[in-house]
Order: sequence, then C-alpha cells, then structure tokens
Amino acid sequence: MSLEPVVRVTDVRKVFGLVPVLDGVSLEVRGGEAVALLGANGAGKTTLLKILATLLRPTRGTASIAGHDVARAPEAVRPLIGVVAHGAWVYDDLTARENLRFWATLGGLEAGADDLSAALAGVGLERAADARVRTFSAGMKRRLSLARVMLARPRVLLLDEPFAGLDQRAKKWLEGRLEALKSTGAALLLVTHSFGRELGVADRLAVLAGGRIALDTARGALGPDDVQRLYAAHAEDAAYPQGEHG
Amino acid sequence: MVKALGWLAAASVAAGMVMAFGVAPREVTQGNVQRIMYVHVPLILASYLAFVVLALASLVYLVRRDEAADRVAHASGEVGVIFVGLGIATGSIWGKPTWGTWWTWDARLTSVAILFVMYLGYLLLRGTIEDHERAARYCAVLGIVAALDIPLVHLSVYWWRTLHQPPSLMKPGGFTGSASILWPLLVNLIAFVLLYAYFVARRVRLLRAEAEAVA
Amino acid sequence: MSYARRALAVAWKDIAVERRSKETLNALVFFSLLLLFVFQFTLGGDRERLAAVLPGVLWLGFVLSALLALGRTFLVEREHDCWEGLLLAPGDKSAIYLGKLAGNLALMLVVEALVLGLFAVFFDIDLGRALPGLVVVVLLGTLGLAAVGTLFAAMTANVRARELLFPVLLLPVQVPVLLATVKATEALLLGEPLAAVGHWVKLLVAADVVYLAVSLLTFDVVLEG
Repeated sequence: MSLEPVVRVTDVRKVFGLVPVLDGVSLEVRGGEAVALLGANGAGKTTLLKILATLLRPTRGTASIAGHDVARAPEAVRPLIGVVAHGAWVYDDLTARENLRFWATLGGLEAGADDLSAALAGVGLERAADARVRTFSAGMKRRLSLARVMLARPRVLLLDEPFAGLDQRAKKWLEGRLEALKSTGAALLLVTHSFGRELGVADRLAVLAGGRIALDTARGALGPDDVQRLYAAHAEDAAYPQGEHG
Repeated sequence: MVKALGWLAAASVAAGMVMAFGVAPREVTQGNVQRIMYVHVPLILASYLAFVVLALASLVYLVRRDEAADRVAHASGEVGVIFVGLGIATGSIWGKPTWGTWWTWDARLTSVAILFVMYLGYLLLRGTIEDHERAARYCAVLGIVAALDIPLVHLSVYWWRTLHQPPSLMKPGGFTGSASILWPLLVNLIAFVLLYAYFVARRVRLLRAEAEAVA
Repeated sequence: MSYARRALAVAWKDIAVERRSKETLNALVFFSLLLLFVFQFTLGGDRERLAAVLPGVLWLGFVLSALLALGRTFLVEREHDCWEGLLLAPGDKSAIYLGKLAGNLALMLVVEALVLGLFAVFFDIDLGRALPGLVVVVLLGTLGLAAVGTLFAAMTANVRARELLFPVLLLPVQVPVLLATVKATEALLLGEPLAAVGHWVKLLVAADVVYLAVSLLTFDVVLEG
C-alpha cells in the first residue's frame, strides 16, 4: 500500500470540436486504493478514463500513471494498465481460452497453457473455457475480460461500469475479485453513473459534474441524495433521470 | 508579411495576364485559344509544387508532431486541389477546339487526373475524421504514401500509353526555343507560385486561429 | 521473438475467425460468381471481344473482391471494442500489420484462385502455358493491393463513410498495380513469355517493396489512437 499516488490527473481539459467535456479535472489514486468516479451520462467519465488509458490525449493539463505522462509516454503506460471497458475485447468466434491466449500473446505475456487455465478458473469459466464466446452471457464476457486483465497483473485498473448488466450474484463475485486486486497493491478507478453496489469496493468517491471534480471524499461521507443534488446543480445533467440502485 | 506577399502575387498575376494576352504572340496554328496555356501550365506546375509541399510537411509532422507542419499540409492540399481542378478545366477548354475533344487518356492527363483524385481523397479523409489529432496523423500517412506512389503512377501510366502504342495525339506544349513564348510563361509561373504561397499562408493563419480559439 | 509471435497470433486469429464464421469468404465467393454471370451476360457472346477485354475483366473482379475483403478486415475488431485492445497492445504495432496482411493475403489468394478457375471453365480459356507467369503476376499484384489496403483499412475502420472513403483512397494509389497486372496478364494470355513483360514485373516488385516498407513504418502511427 503505497502513499505516492499512482494515478495523477492535474487540471485536465478535453475539448471535442468546440465543446469542453472536461474543464479542469484533478484527481489522484494511490496503490491499493479504489476510487469510484461518479457522474451523469455525458459528464465526461468515460473521456477521462480513455485519457488515462492513453486512448485520447488531453487538450490541456497532464495525466500520469506511475510517473509516466500518458500523452508523452503512452508506450510506457500501456503495460501498466488493465482496461475493462464496455466492450469486453472478445472475438465471438473464438473460445474463451483462445481469446485469452490471443490477448496474452499480443500483450507480450509469457503465459503457458496452465496459466491460462488458472486464469479462467479464477473467474469461474473453467467449464466454459472451450466454448465459443458467442454463446456467453454479458456476465461471462465481463468475467473473461477480468481474466484477461488479471493475467497481466496491472498496477492500475481502469473499469468502465464494470457492474452494469450483471445479476446480484455476479456483482457480489466481482466485488470480491476487485477487493482481491486492491490487496495486491493495484490502484482502481471505477467509472459509474449509478449509486449502487459497486461503491462497496470504493475507498473514495469523486463526482464529476460540469467538467470538473465537484466533490472528492471518503465513501462513507456521501449519501445518494447528496449525489442527486450535485447532479441537479448542473443543468444539463438534470435532463437525465438518475436514481438507479444496484 | 503575408499582406506583402498578397500584393506581390496580385501584381505578378496582373503582369502575367498582360503578357499572356497582350504581349505574347498569337500562335499560328491554334489561334488565341493557345493563350490559355499561360494559365494552364503554371496551374498544373504549381499544383505539383503544392503536392511536394504537402508530402514534405506530412513527413515533418510525423517526425516532429508539429501542428504548424500539419496546417501547412492541410492548406497546401486545399490550394493544390483547386489549382489541379482549374488546371484540368483550362486544359479541357484548350483541348476542345484544338484536339476536338474535352478529354483524352494520354499519359500526362491521366497522371494529372489521378493526382486530382488523390488530393480529393486527402481532403475527404480530413473532412470525415472529427478528432483533429487523428486527422492530422492519418492525413500525414496518406500524404507520404501518395507522394511515394506518384513516381510509380507516372511510370506506369507512361508505359501504358507509349509501349506498343504509337503516340496518338499531339501533346500540349511546344515551348522549345521561342523567347516570346517563354517569357510570358515564366512570368505567369512565378505569379501562380506566389499566388499559391499567398493562399497557403492565409489558410494556415486561419487554421491556427481556429486551433487557438478551441484550446 | 515476441514480434513474430504477435504477428502469428494476429494472423491465426483472423484465419480462425474467418474459417469459423465464413462471413467474408461467403460474401467474396458469392460476389465473384455474380461478377462471372454479369460479365457473361454483357460480354460473353462475342468471343473475340471477350478475349480482348478478359485481362481487364479478370482484374476488375480481383480488385472488387479485394475492396470487399480489405474493407472489412478491421470490422471484426470493431465489435466488443477489440480495436481498443489493439491500440493498447504494447510493443511494435507493425507486427499486427504483418499478421493482418498475412490473413488478408491468404483470403484474397484463395478467392482469386477460385475466380481464375471459374473464368477458365466458363469462358473456355486455356490457361496452360500462361499459368506459371500468371501466378507470379497475381501474387505480386495481390501483395501490392493488400499491402496498402491493410494500411488504409486501418485508417478508415473507425471513420464515417468508411465504405466510400476506403475505395476512394485505395484505387488511385493502386493505379501502378492495376496497370502492371492487367498489361502483364494481357501479354501472358496472348502466349508471350514472362520475360516479355519483365518491365511490368519489375514495376510490381518495386511497388510492393515501397508499399510494404511505408506500411510497416507508418502502421504504428495509425494505431496510436
């Protein structure tokens, strides 16, 4: 559990065309810590995640992972991060095992057949390992995604709505896996728009509204009504109905 | 400085027009329509220059990621496509009374037509990518591929038209020797190059202003 | 050698996915058959005219199939955000290019062999003597198409109006390949030896080298984001 922040976002601004989606965001995540990034749809959470994932460059400001600037040294950042996005990075016509092996090889990992089997077992997919992913449910694809990420043992995990579309049991299971990852010292940044189950694993909550971090506090200090009020305080966000609970 | 360039360009174009339509002699066989060559040839040559600039600026951008280089490439592409388009049009206007046809697939025209389509593709690519940085990168790659391809295009088209096939049509030109034709041509060439430079400079300025307004 | 392993992984993945889904292969085969019929209806009656246009028609078929195959090569990556996965893969991304190129070449050559065979049968052409030379020309031409095609496919994969933009970008650049292959095929089908079209072959080789070199060097740039 390190004290130095592994993820460091400093005054990041991102403009698409003429629209500023992020307008001065600052955030830090330490190793072994999980931060949940809350925000209404369109608030810019996914944009911030993509910047940290080196998929987008900030218009202004800096973001760094383990000291490497994401815009200037993306090649140094990429081996350190694990991304679980909306799409699970799966090829429907390959089996779970083949998918895992493909991403492991592409990632330059030395993963033998045993490592792959162990990773699949770790996410409960050992029986479906040789079935085509086309037959998988959303939850199973998410689990395969997590197996892929865990195989690489990243220092930072970037998760975009990881609990979305999962049933209660799967959510509980995911919570457990994320806690386990935290205890290995990885820094977690979870993006979510609903105030639900996923926040159980978070140590801190950061609310993104109006292009900035409107609030950054320990998890216990915030209730669902507080979050609603923050969303409502920013006119454009009020157009989107909130209040989903996991 | 750009303003001075503009005045210089305007002055030389004026001089060029005077020379082309006033000073230069009336061509014996083709008549006055030949005077359009004084506009057509400089347009085409200036468009070649625009393409070279586009290619070099693209290379600079890829190596140094300098936004200014990207703006120069972008502007050069825009001005270049207009010059090529006008060049083809003026060529056709000359061709109709001279050859009896608006178009022919001889080596030079075919090459220029391909260049025109490449320019269009470049601008189309720019237009359809919303992310500015990605557009700059992709266009730079396209610019370099196209530039390296041009010699191959020229060679293949030339072989296509000349090997096992007698040259079937008159080629535009015949600027060998006669000084009275050469001088108006040179003046116009300089004029159009200056015009190109002026347009590119203005466009680059505009692009930079747009970029700064957003950042 | 991680580079080679990664390239092979990509090639294997593409071939496995294609073999199991057969999406592109089916589309290409069907499309080629359709072309065959159309050419027959429009040109088949007059044998002399057919013989004269055959090289062009054959390569038109190859090029249209190439546009179809290459234009789709990164489509499979758009599902489930796999494209992001490729972007974030560490190391030299040109390995991904080589893998994709190998997969595309395999697919295109299979379809071209099929088309050539069908043409020979349905238009009653004696390929016999010309075949070795034809194989060389087809290999070189296909490599040229696929080399730049794979690069441009990556550039247009996530762009609006991809189906329009991809051919608009690819075809002008491929003019040398088109001219060289058609002219060489024409000569070969007339019974001339490969040496007689040596200059076209050399042009194809030069073009292939240039295209491969540029693509290998710039693919990283395209897959930056």
